[in-house]
Amino acid sequence: MSKVKAAIIGSGNIGTDLMYKLERSDVIELTAMIGIDPESDGLKRAEERGYKVFSNGIQAIEENPDVADIFFDATSAKAHVRHAKVLRELGKLAIDLTPAARGPFFCPAINPGSNLTEQNVNMITCGGQATIPIVYAVNRVADVTYAEIVATIASKSAGPGTRANIDEFTITTKRGIEEVGGADQGKAIIILNPAEPPILMRDTIYCEVKNMDQEKISRSIAEMVETVKQYVPGYRMKQEPIFDENRVTVFLEVEGAGDYFPNYAGNLDIMTAAATRVAEDYARHMLSQPSK
Amino acid sequence: MKRKSDKPIKITEVCLRDGSHVVAHQYTEEQVRSVTRALDDAGMHYIEVSHGDGLGGSTLQYGRSLVNEMKLIEVAAEECKNSKLAVLVLPGIGTAAELKQAHGLGASLVRVATHVTEADVSAQHISIARELGMETLGFLMMAHMAPVEKLVEQAKLMESYGAQAVYVTDSAGALLPDQVRERISALRESLDIEVGFHAHNNLSVAVANTLAAIEEGATRIDGSVRCLGAGAGNTQTEVLLAVLDRMGLNVGIDIYKMMDLAENVVGPLLPRPQDINRGSLVLGYAGVYSSFLLFAERAGKRYNVDPRDILLELGKRKVVGGQEDMILDVAAELSKAQKLGV
Repeated sequence: MSKVKAAIIGSGNIGTDLMYKLERSDVIELTAMIGIDPESDGLKRAEERGYKVFSNGIQAIEENPDVADIFFDATSAKAHVRHAKVLRELGKLAIDLTPAARGPFFCPAINPGSNLTEQNVNMITCGGQATIPIVYAVNRVADVTYAEIVATIASKSAGPGTRANIDEFTITTKRGIEEVGGADQGKAIIILNPAEPPILMRDTIYCEVKNMDQEKISRSIAEMVETVKQYVPGYRMKQEPIFDENRVTVFLEVEGAGDYFPNYAGNLDIMTAAATRVAEDYARHMLSQPSK
Repeated sequence: MKRKSDKPIKITEVCLRDGSHVVAHQYTEEQVRSVTRALDDAGMHYIEVSHGDGLGGSTLQYGRSLVNEMKLIEVAAEECKNSKLAVLVLPGIGTAAELKQAHGLGASLVRVATHVTEADVSAQHISIARELGMETLGFLMMAHMAPVEKLVEQAKLMESYGAQAVYVTDSAGALLPDQVRERISALRESLDIEVGFHAHNNLSVAVANTLAAIEEGATRIDGSVRCLGAGAGNTQTEVLLAVLDRMGLNVGIDIYKMMDLAENVVGPLLPRPQDINRGSLVLGYAGVYSSFLLFAERAGKRYNVDPRDILLELGKRKVVGGQEDMILDVAAELSKAQKLGV
């Protein structure tokens, strides 16, 4: 079976984890990793595994546009704004793993198969990928007026890009809660915890609803957890949802697959697993089109 | 009193911010107005007003504010004739948008707070605050959780981002006087900017710790009138001022006026005496974030678990400031374990 060529921009935590995920894909062929630091661990690993590596950033794509048709951007929100422009001009698909939010938001558990005509899709944030499916699950049966999420991640799993752009995380996640999750109003909080050994990613979701029906809500949440588990096997509820007047509280834990980072970094895993999913949907779609 | 800095001491009164935890964020405009007016009249240097968890903290996670903090900031700004208005922001909770709004309403100083090991999340907010022209200070919370070298490294990061002072923030009220001395002294020797100290009185050493900090060269000092701050409160401002005066250090704040406002204006706001009860004592003893106290008490009631057990367990798990959601989770786990008899 033929495969669609893809490249990763950004050789940090996310980009490197993504490399391992794409190796397992039956419709995507990873060809290259593009970074800006030739000494980065990610570029070294990519080179060892036989991929083309470039350390001159977006220029590498301008000079070698044929290296891939799908480009994953795992740099930072600010950098992606520039990259998005170049990729658009070259007619390449951009799957954006930064919180730049240039293209429409995408969460595979909620909108599988949609957006296949877009040239740039955005993966929201790690906290968003973990929590927005639950907001959506509550909203579809109970109408969420307000949703608030708290994502707590191990310090070691938050790279410099995330740290330098923490507002982009909170603002983009909030928008995702509203636009994809369906809450009338959203709020996002991120906390870094430096405990050793590192903690698993944990997420708390608070929803205030118009139509409280505990049984329906519990069932909808349980179904959604199963859907997310299909691409993030370590995604689970810590305990049963708590109901309090018009409020539902859900506690989640996300254990990673341990590809690049150890299992605690569920936040990296959910992002790269979701991005791989959407890229595969696109790849299948591209492969099914008659060749030009 | 011998001090290792010749810069003037600047006091920040935090009862309208840290005290927000104690009143479950239910401050009214009138309360903020009357406290600010009295503090301004007494000559207080800085008055901090924000949700207890900083700008944007009004949430289900931390408790919703009765009155939008921006309204409270606006009201306080109207009453500040000489005092300067300060705000707190925790990157990850509050954003630049809220900071700009607070600045527009009259806040001229901001403390940008992170966990003691996570200073690099403050770069964005520090640089925005400096661009706005605000006096911009770093606030390294839960300072007892990191070794001194780590604290120094993190404070230097904040300095490199543009912070004009860095605070040693003893959020759990867990530091002892010698530990405060060691930390302040290390920062004073390593930084070119001022050093600050923020205490909690959970082990009844807030005034002693603050004196040790001042002797070692800290010049930015926090206090709360009547200990109106999370847990057992902070260094009691009016007491500290009286002690400093007895030690020959006049910081230019009227002590009688502070005593009067403590009695007549702040006193009536206390929902219960801010003494060191078993809950707040455990905060200091276990090294847990002071604003967890009321949450642990509520969760204890809900799950029929001793709040002290919840707090000790949170300490064991090295939970950091802001992780209020862990409290219900831990309480539920402890309750399950109790029922199983393990």
